[in-house]
Amino acid sequence: MSKCRNLLAGTALLTLIASPVLAESLGIGRLALPEEIAAWDVAVMPDGRGLPEGRGNVLDGEDYWIDYCAVCHGDFAEGAGAWPAIVGGRGTLTAERPLKTVESYWPYLSTVWDYINRSMPFGAAQTLETDEVYAITAYILYSAGLVDDDFELSHENFTEIRLPNEGGFYLDDRAEVEFPTLQQEPCMSDCRDAVSISARATDIDVTPEFPVIRFHYSDGSAPVIEATEASAAEAVEEAAAPETAAEDVQLASLDPALVAAGETAWRQCRTCHQLGDGARNGTGPQLNGIVGAAAGQVDGFRYSPAITEAAAAGLIWTEEALDAFLENPAGKIPRNRMSFRGVRSADERAALIAYLASHSD
Amino acid sequence: MSDMPNDAPKTPRGPSRRDFLRTAGLAAGGAVVGAGAKASTPDPLITEVQPFASFLGEGVDATPYGMPIHFEDHVVRRNVEWLTADPISSINFTPIHALDGTITPQGCAFERHHSGAIEVSKEEYRLMINGLVERPLVFTFGDLMRLPRETRVHFCECAANSGMEWGGAQLNGAQFTHGMIHNMEYTGVTLRTLLNEAGVKPEGSWIYVEGHDASSNGRSIPMEKALDDCMIAFFANGEALRMEHGYPVRLVVPGWEGNLWVKWLRRIGVMDGPVQSREETSKYTDLMPDGRARKWTWAMHAKSVVTSPSPQMPIGHGPGPMVITGLAWSGLGKIARVDVSIDGGVNWQTARLGTEPGDKAVTRFYLDHVWDGKPMFVQSRAIDETGYVQPTKEQLRAIRGLNSIYHNNAIQTWYVNENGDAENVEVS
Repeated sequence: MSKCRNLLAGTALLTLIASPVLAESLGIGRLALPEEIAAWDVAVMPDGRGLPEGRGNVLDGEDYWIDYCAVCHGDFAEGAGAWPAIVGGRGTLTAERPLKTVESYWPYLSTVWDYINRSMPFGAAQTLETDEVYAITAYILYSAGLVDDDFELSHENFTEIRLPNEGGFYLDDRAEVEFPTLQQEPCMSDCRDAVSISARATDIDVTPEFPVIRFHYSDGSAPVIEATEASAAEAVEEAAAPETAAEDVQLASLDPALVAAGETAWRQCRTCHQLGDGARNGTGPQLNGIVGAAAGQVDGFRYSPAITEAAAAGLIWTEEALDAFLENPAGKIPRNRMSFRGVRSADERAALIAYLASHSD
Repeated sequence: MSDMPNDAPKTPRGPSRRDFLRTAGLAAGGAVVGAGAKASTPDPLITEVQPFASFLGEGVDATPYGMPIHFEDHVVRRNVEWLTADPISSINFTPIHALDGTITPQGCAFERHHSGAIEVSKEEYRLMINGLVERPLVFTFGDLMRLPRETRVHFCECAANSGMEWGGAQLNGAQFTHGMIHNMEYTGVTLRTLLNEAGVKPEGSWIYVEGHDASSNGRSIPMEKALDDCMIAFFANGEALRMEHGYPVRLVVPGWEGNLWVKWLRRIGVMDGPVQSREETSKYTDLMPDGRARKWTWAMHAKSVVTSPSPQMPIGHGPGPMVITGLAWSGLGKIARVDVSIDGGVNWQTARLGTEPGDKAVTRFYLDHVWDGKPMFVQSRAIDETGYVQPTKEQLRAIRGLNSIYHNNAIQTWYVNENGDAENVEVS
């Protein structure tokens, strides 16, 4: 707080804190009801305030982890692909490449519980039961080597758990440490020896392609050069023209209204799945041509054992199979990794399947 | 610059009248050379009637809400795919190299989402204020529009802007090195007004703000800051916020890191301490060389970048007059001065400020330069009204090492070769 005071110019602010109620209210808005506050005020603080009653153990947590979390964070919370590792990394904070995890970096367990409860799983936030959150948190603690496999976490023992890096943070001290050097009148001439290049971004070459902007000049010193990216895009468009026509023919057999409704319903899927030109695998596989395709066959996607088994047994994603799966993903294929509650409405499922069908190869 | 108060603390003086005359003389000399260029054949764009000078153009209503003309299609936000695991939780970059002035158009202002940009209608929108207050309240959007409004211009910069450059010159373009910033005119209601409706109890020393989206992006903010200059915004640049910037309501936390500017704002909890949420512990804390981390590094310190010339915006012409321009800003107040160097920091010239500097807002600067056609190491250096001088990379690294990710406000160097092409380099 002292830092904040240093940064803010007005000293009058301190007076305001002492008596924050400044003027009569205008009486706008309405009183929040207790049920509304309970629904939205779910933040948990390091001292445990805000934690609901509940409990969960490591073994149950492992099951939930495999169902909800492992697809991104790995079976052992070690991370998968570009998604973050949750454990590991102790002792790496001074290394060239620090690994910042719950185990090595996060200061408070309340943050873990709060974030899982409020925002995880990615794409299905606020769907976990309280006891599931306790169990998953317990599994993380176990994976971090902080508790044994018979551990149960509850609202009663929650604050007894301390994370290793709790003491690893200190208040912003830039004003004290950096300002004295940087608030000096700067040099204007002959400030240093002549310079030479010591590093260049083009050597690393990780910048995406971009068009360079050029203009015409009356002295003829440079011609207009078409943005390379734009030219490439045009070429692709031309080449793709015949295919587009073929797709139009196929679309004609689908009900456009149903496809449009499906596009709206698709919003709940697009967090994890991509569709259309340039679709890539993400948390879930890309789904171009999925209607009528054999299950578990999208190139480059790492399927759960459950889907791989179903595929080996000959599962074909017919409209009927998709309908049953979308209604209850966990029921139709137990232990698959699609952390999605399902679509209750049969109409919405039909629309979704029509939308998927409109993206057949 | 001449409008700056003389008593600004530690503010070096602006260019003198003599400097002005000298610069003007140089520019005039260049202009004479330029006007000497001769055409050998008449320009058909002048001698022949062009289609657009003969046929009719589009009528009104052809585009009820206009987009930029297609010639500007390249002026768009761009993503660096390898930076993040998924575009749903990711960032893209404002095309600052192609813009001028200070206001960032909403349509190309950078986006940063933690669980995707969500659609919340004004009808569905609710804002709750609860916690240590006399009256926990719920507002509809309509309710909020009945409260007194203010309009202010502020920059919003992601704490990780230039974060990829700690280890060395990495991304080749001002858009990518410095594009996690936008500067807009916001209209909305101050938190002081809002909190007064609920009546903050004496023990309420912090607020916790969170969004409607799945990530919630909850952050804790000290009450001093909340009452000082924070506001909720409904309008940006005169029109409703864009979805990707938090429609219909976002938080504006002037001068402080963009992650605090919670979008789709859903709740303001009045607290007696910080929540220590994920975004203020595991993220947005600055790892230091000793393995400990600074926390609550909210303020964005003085920073600037030359936007032209830059890798995406090379000098396309030969020697002669040109404009070196860029952006400068400070989370501690107003920009007092910007210096430009073309020799990698050996010598500096004070640039002309294109706009009256605003508090915690972007300022445009120009240096009207006569290029001799030789390679340049172009740098800019911002100085704010506190006398803080934008540091070099060496100065920051000496204190913070290479792994603090956030708050890299170091001086940027563009190497411009004889052809006028520019690239991102470090110099020694």
